[in-house]
Amino acid sequence: MGKITPLSRILMALSALLMILIYFVPIWKIEMWAPQYPEWLHMKIWINNITGDVAVINGLNHYIGMKYIKVEMFPEFEIMPYILAAIIGVGLVLALIGRKFALWSYLGILLSAGIGGMLDFYLWSYDYGHNLDPTAAIKVPGMSYQPPLIGSKELLNFIAYSAPDVGGFIAAGAGLLVIIAIIIEQWKSSLNKRAYRGAKLYT
Amino acid sequence: MKIKQAINLTAISAAVLALSFSTGCRPETAGSVSVGDAASKVYVAPGQHDEFYNIVSGGFNGQMSVVGLPSGRVLKILPVFSAHPENGYGYTEESKPMLNTAHGFVPWDDLHHIAISTTNGEHDARWAFGNANNTPRIARVDLTSFETVEILEIPNSAGNHSSPFITENTEYVVASTRFSVPVGTDEENDVPIETYKENFKGTVSFIKVGDKGDMSIAFQLVTPGVNFDLARAGKGKSHGWFFFSTYNTEQAHTLLEVNASQRDKDFIMAVNWKKAEEYIKAGKGKTVKAKYAHNKLDHDTHMATSTIMEEVLQLDPKELKDIIYFIPCPKSPHGTDVDPSGEYIVGSGKLAALIPVFSFTKLMEAIDNQDFEGEYDGFPIVRYESALHGVVEKPGLGPLHTEFDGRGNAYTSMFVSSEVVKWSIETLEVLDRQPTFYSVGHLSIPGGPTAKPHGKYLVAYNKITKDRYLPTGPELAHSAQLFDISGDKMQLLLDFPTIGEPHYAEAFPAHLIKDKQVKIYKIEDNKHPYVTKGPGEAKVVRDGNKVHVYMTSIRSHFGPDNIEGVKVGDEVYFHVTNLEQDWDIPHGFAIKGANTAELLIMPGATQTLKWTPDRPGIFPFYCTDFCSALHQEMQGYLRVSPANSTVALKYSVGDTEED
Repeated sequence: MGKITPLSRILMALSALLMILIYFVPIWKIEMWAPQYPEWLHMKIWINNITGDVAVINGLNHYIGMKYIKVEMFPEFEIMPYILAAIIGVGLVLALIGRKFALWSYLGILLSAGIGGMLDFYLWSYDYGHNLDPTAAIKVPGMSYQPPLIGSKELLNFIAYSAPDVGGFIAAGAGLLVIIAIIIEQWKSSLNKRAYRGAKLYT
Repeated sequence: MKIKQAINLTAISAAVLALSFSTGCRPETAGSVSVGDAASKVYVAPGQHDEFYNIVSGGFNGQMSVVGLPSGRVLKILPVFSAHPENGYGYTEESKPMLNTAHGFVPWDDLHHIAISTTNGEHDARWAFGNANNTPRIARVDLTSFETVEILEIPNSAGNHSSPFITENTEYVVASTRFSVPVGTDEENDVPIETYKENFKGTVSFIKVGDKGDMSIAFQLVTPGVNFDLARAGKGKSHGWFFFSTYNTEQAHTLLEVNASQRDKDFIMAVNWKKAEEYIKAGKGKTVKAKYAHNKLDHDTHMATSTIMEEVLQLDPKELKDIIYFIPCPKSPHGTDVDPSGEYIVGSGKLAALIPVFSFTKLMEAIDNQDFEGEYDGFPIVRYESALHGVVEKPGLGPLHTEFDGRGNAYTSMFVSSEVVKWSIETLEVLDRQPTFYSVGHLSIPGGPTAKPHGKYLVAYNKITKDRYLPTGPELAHSAQLFDISGDKMQLLLDFPTIGEPHYAEAFPAHLIKDKQVKIYKIEDNKHPYVTKGPGEAKVVRDGNKVHVYMTSIRSHFGPDNIEGVKVGDEVYFHVTNLEQDWDIPHGFAIKGANTAELLIMPGATQTLKWTPDRPGIFPFYCTDFCSALHQEMQGYLRVSPANSTVALKYSVGDTEED
């Protein structure tokens, strides 16, 4: 495994540095519409917080027995800032190393962080949507209230919509930079191989 | 036989016909139907918003109503001087101080005029001011919450009709007295009524308005004992002056309908308030004793407080020259209205057959040249002809009020001939007239009294309704009529009923305030001394015979909802905090036997109902504002035991949280 080009190293470093922005913007959003909420209800998930109309959503959810959403419920919020810092740090170190394995490892780290994050999000939304208070005022047989992982879903009188927010797009962008670097490297090495073969032919 | 009958019939018919031709038909009267595309011009489709807010005085109901234009839909009834059991205004412990006066608690009044705050002569619509005519007061309504947030009583005034009128940057709100009265101490004021000319004085109060709206009486001018009717501030070139219409310059004190209508001309009183400010700065004011209430709502504590003020600063314009000049104006002028440029002052002599229009430039020249025709009670009277721009001849009968469209036209209401007359300020020609149904009082054009009118609509507020709506017994709704004034001819678009008796109203573009509305009060900012910030803090505390219930309300239960240990003879204070933080989710609170009112608590606010149980038993309480699918479940019980009972104080909500 050889060295990667300076351009790819810059892309890696940019990718890592770009993710610093994630501390300052929401990563994910869940929005809810109902006839009584023409203005939509908004919930924003940050690296260490949930903001938006959480109190209103909690007020509504108590009818169907969903748990109150509180930041303290999620230990993830304690560790996520550190995980992100680690990814950024490791990304920068790997960029410095500037070898192909470093590039691939960085992609691997990003992908597993992304998949891990989505899995975690799915698991708590599953629990939140299924684990209902048996004394709830409104019980609809067979009904669960898990919000969609991504996209929209009808839940009684509400339409729930789940999608990346600015931070989510930044993370995707960071991944995209790495993928561009990998494409560059693959293209470069295929060129090199061809050049090598050509050189062999004419000696 | 048959032939004879036919002949007779023909003869009778001919006679009837002949008779009817000789007397003529009963003349046609003004039609009352709107024509053309009126319906589409006032149609505001479901979900769409009106273009203008119209803040309308309620007259004898002491309220303001908020109306959308052009639809004429009533959006809110806003209690100002009148107690309002619907939301507890004037009944809750928090709002009772708002209606306090030097005469004690006065829970009603007669609200005549609206003034919307302005900057550079244009509406900024931060506040609406309203006057209490009977027990003189000025109220300020915050137009982000549509709540009465301040009421200032006016001392040395009686019949606070000539108010509230504001200067172009809302520097001052003025309040002048309709009834002249003695203005000394209570003992000094005990004089024979027939000593009117000697002892009775008018007052004009200049109320300073702070950046946040806070009102305070800057100074009072003591004037000759006349009746002040209406007023307008100068603007643009006439900024710094104020114009007041007067009547009863005869100084009669009995049978005014005859005795105050004798003089050919009364006056418009021109006040140079910049000059008055100079005298105040120079220390020429005199502090006199006066008792009046100043009431303010604190949005952090959600409570009003009432402070009794002890003195007021007065200026004597008789000694301090150049503040007051009188301009003769025909026959008991009612409206005195200043055009958008500030150059023209329209006096509406309500008993006159013409409308005089004065020129500010000419008035200033006359004053500079001392072009006076005499004195009134020691004050110079400017020569009528010298200040006059011209008169509108034969405008109609009973001119009352004039508004402007910003295109050089004036619109004057004619009470007696029941019409609105449009005329040109420059040429003084009558351009159009349209009947009103019936007996129009005030007019309102959006921005009409400002430097920048939005001359699209005119609303006429009528005193008599008669046959315009389905009849409702002896008392009928007062009516408003909306005209399109964008063309050469006024076009009647809409009749709509109003609340109370509207006098003056103002209208302004909705975009000025509609995105600035308060939706909730933040619960963490609630500094009410009896706030309950969460269900866990709910409690009941006994303090002698006072029982304080710290209660929460959230969809859809009260906490606590079971209370025992209250006794006959206790005074129970329900301090109910609405924990909701969502727009349009107020909760109500009502308990059986409450001889005051209910509560209506906005999200994040705390309101207190005092309740005195009169007998032992079980008293249910419940939420009166439909809040959710479980609203009917939002209820509780309070047990009252005899005075000598030993039942312990106990409260709970839910099975598991038994205290």
